[in-house]
Amino acid sequence: MLRKIRTTLAIVFFTGITLLFLDFTGTIHRWLHWMAHIQLVPALLFNAALALIPLLLTLMFGRIYCSVICPLGVFQDAVAWLHNHGRKRPYSYSKAISWLRYTILGVMIVAFVAGIGSAVAMLEPYSAYGRIASNLFQPLWQFGNNVLANVAERMDSYAFYTTDVWIKSMPTFIIAIATLLTVVTLAWRSGRTYCNTICPVGTLLGAISRFSMMKIRIDTDKCRNCGSCANNCKASCIDVKNHAIDPTRCVVCGDCIGKCSFGAISFGKADSQEKKKENDTKARESRRSFLLATTLAATSAMAQEKKKVDGGLAKIENKAAPERQTPLTPPGSLSAQHMARHCTGCQLCVAACPNRVLRPSTELTKLMQPMMSYEHGYCRPECTRCSNICPTGAIRKITPSDKSAIQIGHAVWIKKNCVPLTDHVECGNCARHCPTGAIEMVPSEPDNEQSPKIPVINETRCIGCGACENLCPARPFPAIYVEGHEVHKTI
Amino acid sequence: MSDNENNISRRKFLKLFGIGTAAAAATLTGCKKPKSNEFPNDDYTNQTEPPKDRMTYRVNPTTHDRVSLLGFGMMRLPEPDEGTATEGNVKIDQEKVNRLVDYAIEHGVNYFDTSPAYSGGFSERATGTALSRHPRKSYYVATKLSNFNKETWSREESIKMYRNSFKELQTDYIDYYLLHAIGMGGMEALNARYIDNGMLDFLIEERRAGRIRNLGFSYHGDIKVYDYLLSMHDKYKWDFVQIELNYLDWEYADEINPRNTDASYLYAELKKRGIPAVIMEPLLGGRLANVPQYIVTEMKKRIPENSVASWAFRYAGTPDGVLTVLSGMTYMEHLKDNLKTYSPLHTITADEDKFLQSIAEQLVNMETIPCNDCKYCMPCPYGVDIPGIFVHYNKCKNEGRLPHNNKDKDYDRLRREYLIGLDRSVPRLRQAAHCIGCGQCEPHCPQNIKIPHELHIIDKYVEQLKKGGKI
Repeated sequence: MLRKIRTTLAIVFFTGITLLFLDFTGTIHRWLHWMAHIQLVPALLFNAALALIPLLLTLMFGRIYCSVICPLGVFQDAVAWLHNHGRKRPYSYSKAISWLRYTILGVMIVAFVAGIGSAVAMLEPYSAYGRIASNLFQPLWQFGNNVLANVAERMDSYAFYTTDVWIKSMPTFIIAIATLLTVVTLAWRSGRTYCNTICPVGTLLGAISRFSMMKIRIDTDKCRNCGSCANNCKASCIDVKNHAIDPTRCVVCGDCIGKCSFGAISFGKADSQEKKKENDTKARESRRSFLLATTLAATSAMAQEKKKVDGGLAKIENKAAPERQTPLTPPGSLSAQHMARHCTGCQLCVAACPNRVLRPSTELTKLMQPMMSYEHGYCRPECTRCSNICPTGAIRKITPSDKSAIQIGHAVWIKKNCVPLTDHVECGNCARHCPTGAIEMVPSEPDNEQSPKIPVINETRCIGCGACENLCPARPFPAIYVEGHEVHKTI
Repeated sequence: MSDNENNISRRKFLKLFGIGTAAAAATLTGCKKPKSNEFPNDDYTNQTEPPKDRMTYRVNPTTHDRVSLLGFGMMRLPEPDEGTATEGNVKIDQEKVNRLVDYAIEHGVNYFDTSPAYSGGFSERATGTALSRHPRKSYYVATKLSNFNKETWSREESIKMYRNSFKELQTDYIDYYLLHAIGMGGMEALNARYIDNGMLDFLIEERRAGRIRNLGFSYHGDIKVYDYLLSMHDKYKWDFVQIELNYLDWEYADEINPRNTDASYLYAELKKRGIPAVIMEPLLGGRLANVPQYIVTEMKKRIPENSVASWAFRYAGTPDGVLTVLSGMTYMEHLKDNLKTYSPLHTITADEDKFLQSIAEQLVNMETIPCNDCKYCMPCPYGVDIPGIFVHYNKCKNEGRLPHNNKDKDYDRLRREYLIGLDRSVPRLRQAAHCIGCGQCEPHCPQNIKIPHELHIIDKYVEQLKKGGKI
């Protein structure tokens, strides 16, 4: 029974959260964004009250969070199930490697408090799953969508539209692959090792689980010491010899209950009698250490755009990203510091950005946190998707009218690239598309009204949306680009 | 040997059987009509296959050429299947060109119109390659002294262009030679391009020498130039003039664009001087084949079997001063349809003429952009796909699928369809938002469309749609 409920709920949550990362149309976010909000670390960052949900759940039922709500946990269960179902005794009891668990938890807390976003992002399980889903699963989803869009186009249907698939940041992409390989390998070989040795959220909830109201327990009167439960425990936490179940590692999956032929295992209120002391011995399985230190190349490779072209069209050179002295963070993120302290790098905003503006940062301290660039599109005035779905509050919820007054940066003119001066043609595309009217075209020679017109920027009115940069005809380097502001302000 | 005997006997048998059937049919007609399903195959072929020997011909009064009423325009040549041209380049599928040309000649077409500027500059060669496979006497070829690139305006370059046409067309005489698109750029351009450099005098000399059999001009734009050249008819002796004529331009050309002139005037000026007219744009770049559904219904009610395009072709071919009607036929089905229309021509009746004028009135009031997708404006140096944007806009306008008011109940659906449809037909980087308004395209437009102005209007419209706001 417990197992059935657990599996059903797990499938619901896992599917929901995965869809959040796959969907690029913004439809699913409206309905399911709460699933991301109740993830522990995002909830802690967003609003401590929200974090009470998973914490109270754990106090009552043990680590069901890890079996149901955490997408990385469910993902590992799925991998382990693929490998182990049908096998007689896939697992065996092992002792907890507590020194490693608590060290990592310590590192995580320090990183959290110090605002080292990249370390948090690396360790946090929801974000780890997020980068796998957005970097590796979403492209497949998009390819599938594009096939359907192609079919739809032939059938004159508008049910699907083509979307661009691109690698947003090479380092993040590589880290995503590394994370996937590590998690899959560990789950394939030994179930929940990752959750019980590395995952700081698992360690934290495990510590709380010691005091949980309900636990899995073994009835010593009925138990015949057959060991079937331990051999089917993916958390390796059932010590049959001592009839003890390590509550810090048990994820309350309920597999053992069904496996016991004598009805000796049940889930219920903790009895005082079965209080157990734990012997923390030194870890033997240090070979399973988690290799997260990936060497990172500091460059990000952009996927080449592929487009179908008709006859007689001029070649369009790809736009290059200017070297912004201050990086751009999306409206709603308040400041660079706020972003760094609140973002867990889950990639949900990056996966959801419909304008190809957001991508993971490659800067070491902000690794995988979102940053903006305007080579492929600009931050459109009607869109507030990233702010609506951010589960950690790193990007605060804003409305389109809020957004029209939030200054995240300002435009800077680069004379030597400006088309009226280089190509001797009329232009003004930046001024024409500025949503705040911050750009005006003036004669390049003050005394000569007939001289080519160049853009001038009213920095106080500019909000930094990047329409000018994106639509500037100068290529590869635009003649106008947006410099970020460390602290956003309302104009 | 026994096979042979068998064959003979079978043929004999068929012959006898045939006579028998015919006799039986004859006896049957005596008492009642023959069954309609007697030759079922004919129903299929009659519907799609044009006859080979029924083409309508018109006679050129000066050279007495017998010219087919359907002329083949070589501006929109077929491209290879594996996709359209890569950036900056136009590819032509010569095999397909050959097939179309062979089929056209087989069915009586004998007028082929090309230019050094068409199809990225490869049209003349493709035309020459296809035509040279036929006897030189079996076709008339028309080409032009084109004026798109100012670098070719000097006398030397012009003569080079002229001589090159002979090489490309693999011939030692040109049947119909035109000053290309006079009127664009006004009198100034005419003088600079054709008069001051002595090219017109040179061409008249060439006509005298027999290397040009007919000399004429094609006209777009400034009516002063047209009137001027016709006023000089006594001096230049124009053998033909190429004008735009269709049921929309007949009365409404100036309403679509005040800088254009009604075809009724252009034609009357030629008729009065006895100059044969060669017709271009009978379909207005395809716009008269792609009309709103309710107009299709009205046309089909009158003649269910005939295509929408056939109305436009019959209209263009009806005036007796028309020598030939040019159609750029990229696809075999278009060629077949046009051949059927003109094999032979059934002239437009007075009643039908009234009907088409009423349709023209309705089309004019639709306020589409008068773009014919001729691509003269291309390539835009900043990569904008100008005709692609206009064609998509017109298509949605024609079909009544332009979203207007966000309070309409189907606004969301129309908005989605417009934006997705736009992305499908024009890549984002080539959409109207990227038009910087440099205006380099504008002088090339034979329809005098204020291209940057129109693009900026469409850009604003799309921007409103993206914001989901009211338009």
